[in-house]
Amino acid sequence: MNLFNLTSIELEALRLSLWVSGWALAGILPFGILIAWVLARKNFPGKSILDGLIHLPLVLPPVVIGYLLLILLGRNGIIGALLFKYLGISVAFTWKGAAIASGVMAFPLLVRSVRLSIEAVDQGIENAARTLGAGPLRVFFTVTLPLIIPGIITGILLAFARSLGEFGATITFVSNIQGETQTLPLALYTLIQMPNGEASAMRLCLLSVFIAMMALLISELLSRWFTATLNG
Amino acid sequence: MLDIKLEKKLGKCFINVAFKSDVTEVIALFGPSGAGKTSVINMVAGLVRPDAGHITVNHRNLFDSNAKINLPPEKRNIGYIFQDGRLFPHLSVRSNLAYGMRNTSTSESSITFHQVVELLGIGQLLDRRPSRLSGGEKQRVAIGRALLTNPDLLLMDEPFASLDQPRKAEILPFVSRLCTEFEIPVLYVTHSLEEISRLADTLIVMDSGKIASTGQTAGPPNG
Repeated sequence: MNLFNLTSIELEALRLSLWVSGWALAGILPFGILIAWVLARKNFPGKSILDGLIHLPLVLPPVVIGYLLLILLGRNGIIGALLFKYLGISVAFTWKGAAIASGVMAFPLLVRSVRLSIEAVDQGIENAARTLGAGPLRVFFTVTLPLIIPGIITGILLAFARSLGEFGATITFVSNIQGETQTLPLALYTLIQMPNGEASAMRLCLLSVFIAMMALLISELLSRWFTATLNG
Repeated sequence: MLDIKLEKKLGKCFINVAFKSDVTEVIALFGPSGAGKTSVINMVAGLVRPDAGHITVNHRNLFDSNAKINLPPEKRNIGYIFQDGRLFPHLSVRSNLAYGMRNTSTSESSITFHQVVELLGIGQLLDRRPSRLSGGEKQRVAIGRALLTNPDLLLMDEPFASLDQPRKAEILPFVSRLCTEFEIPVLYVTHSLEEISRLADTLIVMDSGKIASTGQTAGPPNG
């Protein structure tokens, strides 16, 4: 059993996984920070409904989310049909759809982590910045944001891990197309069902462990570095 | 210069105060905990919105419930020195001091960075982080940071409550010099009679949200 030479299918799955997770993260990061800030700092009617909606992907079976995405964003979906008609964009059965599915599934983890760290920021310090002449936007970018960077790093790690492991929503929404939507878990699933797929499956397993460990290590180092910087 | 009238219901406590001052002086707000002293200066700073009343500083209307004026804290030009310093932990002392400077143009700036550093004796601390400062050093930096915004009024909320006696003795002289050297009126919250006798020109005694008495003190011995 050769554990180190990846076949082209496996390499393709690895490349696609990183690509899809990267885009998913880039897409949800600014939005996630904004929502986390709103949930941490603002009170408005319907807040618990918004909070519940954001947490749905965490508590629903992923297949349900995938099916909902198909209904909304599929070529004949409510939003998907409009997108295709006016902009010529179709995300179903493409890597973009896989990124959307990953992003939606990872979103609550990002929001939770960032929200907790925003709630931990002393509002007294933000108020002090206001009395020094800084408007709300400057306070956010010069005080709140730098102080929550460790929380954002944790959120990014959790979201990244979640989107790398995304299976149910992805296979339901964009299917299992090699080279287009077949990410690591989907490739692994396919290989397990094939005769003589064991070596390949084991390689993908080890690869997943390696990526997860690397991500953990990097986020840990970054967190430590930022904490050290904070404490001068 | 200072004309303040405030009403605010906070839980069971009803705050209703009014006072005026026509000269540049140190006004001490004195009273037991829960008298509403901090709420009053939070309202002056714009951090808490009064139910009714008005706040006028240097003929500028900062709040007026009748005229529906309510400037946000960043537009009030009032410096606030908090009990717990509230320095920005992620910035060096130098950056903390400079944080509020960009809103004051150099032409109207009567207080320079150099002057403040000199007055407060914090020159050797400029490159440190707040976590590496002692309590007294933190408060001096906080005072400098507020001064450098060129405020029309300085608010101080028991700035020395968390300091021991030697540290207090280290900073108290600076406060009386602020008022005289930079001609900034100071509204000072405290429950220490010693600080009042050393600093205050006018004393306002508060009890359960109301002003119990107002009067001139003998004045600080050195000013």
